[in-house]
Amino acid sequence: MLRGLPIVLIIWVLAYTHLTELADFSIALLHLERTSAFGEAVYFFCYEVPKVLLLLIGIVFIMGIIQTFFAPERTRALLAGRRLGIGNLMAASLGIVTPFCSCSAVPLFIGFVTAGVPLGVTFSFLISAPMVNEVALALLLGLFGWKVAVLYLGMGLIIAIVAGSIIGMLRMEQYLEDWVRAIHFGNVATQDYTNFIWSQRIAAGIKHVREIVGRVWLYVVIGVGLGAIIHGYVPEDFMAALMGRDVWWAVPMAVILGVPMYSNAAGIIPIVEALIGKGAALGTTLAFMMSVIALSAPELLILRKVLKWPLIATFVGVVATGILLVGYVFNWVL
Amino acid sequence: MKNVKILGTGCRNCQTTRNLVEEVAKAKGVIIELEKVEKIEDIMRYRILATPGVVIDGVVVHSGGIPERGTVERWFE
Repeated sequence: MLRGLPIVLIIWVLAYTHLTELADFSIALLHLERTSAFGEAVYFFCYEVPKVLLLLIGIVFIMGIIQTFFAPERTRALLAGRRLGIGNLMAASLGIVTPFCSCSAVPLFIGFVTAGVPLGVTFSFLISAPMVNEVALALLLGLFGWKVAVLYLGMGLIIAIVAGSIIGMLRMEQYLEDWVRAIHFGNVATQDYTNFIWSQRIAAGIKHVREIVGRVWLYVVIGVGLGAIIHGYVPEDFMAALMGRDVWWAVPMAVILGVPMYSNAAGIIPIVEALIGKGAALGTTLAFMMSVIALSAPELLILRKVLKWPLIATFVGVVATGILLVGYVFNWVL
Repeated sequence: MKNVKILGTGCRNCQTTRNLVEEVAKAKGVIIELEKVEKIEDIMRYRILATPGVVIDGVVVHSGGIPERGTVERWFE
């Protein structure tokens, strides 16, 4: 497995540096011209799909390796008993590199809180982990470039840190469900996660690619396909009246629309990218993306098993306000 | 006979893990009694941080993500 890695790496680099040729070739093969709307849409599709999938594979692979250094148990040990502030900063950062699946949000939440991780610090982790994920970063990097990817990363971290700090300062521990407060983890026997050997870490990276890319590749293809149709057929400035930067109500609308939607970054980002080409403002679209990913109705229902309503309402309120501010600031600055 | 519990609130990874365990046990000729633990209060008794978790004869042998086939095979040696 390790011996094949350099070959895969060479193929990856060759493919990534020849994306234009690949798209030109596909267009020629189909006897299409880029001057027609259909030709342009097909060209867009043939260029973006391989590019985004290659980036996705690369970033997910690297993240799979990084995650072998940060088991949830280790992250919890790092965060237990941390003060507000530094604890929130650490929690938000660790949220990026700790393996996390949204179906584990509840066990993780309980495991953290009952083992002495402060509530506000736990929330910083729970906000950052799903929002700043490798799939979102890979897609933003592929479709928007590194500046927007870095902005998204920075803004996601800031929202997680500030929202967690506010929840921590409000001292809302009494709004945990009673059965959760009754659990006392005490000293949990932790496995030693540091003694991976490198071949195991690389194997973990490959497994991560198989799991994540295997799950989202179809969303990428469909998302880019819809994006390609928008690129080719929707008139310029179509979105300016609805999602342009001068429409003050567009940002709150984007956040509200995002809550009931439960899509992953892979499906939503390509469509959003196409809308920006038609006059939608970046801040509004970023707010929409963050809302879809960070605030989802099904996840809130799961959290209801461990949190009472006032705490859920505070969580949604604080995070939504953060996303709103990000949306407005981006529309205003850029 | 081994008692195997799959801990998880019913997400796709839990389902995949369950199928994998069933399949490997069958291939190894080990008779197992498979239980699904889906209530979050019951899952938390096993003190795991991430689902799916696997408990064999009362001992947590795995938590978080789908286990490797090789790992599952070792459980039934």
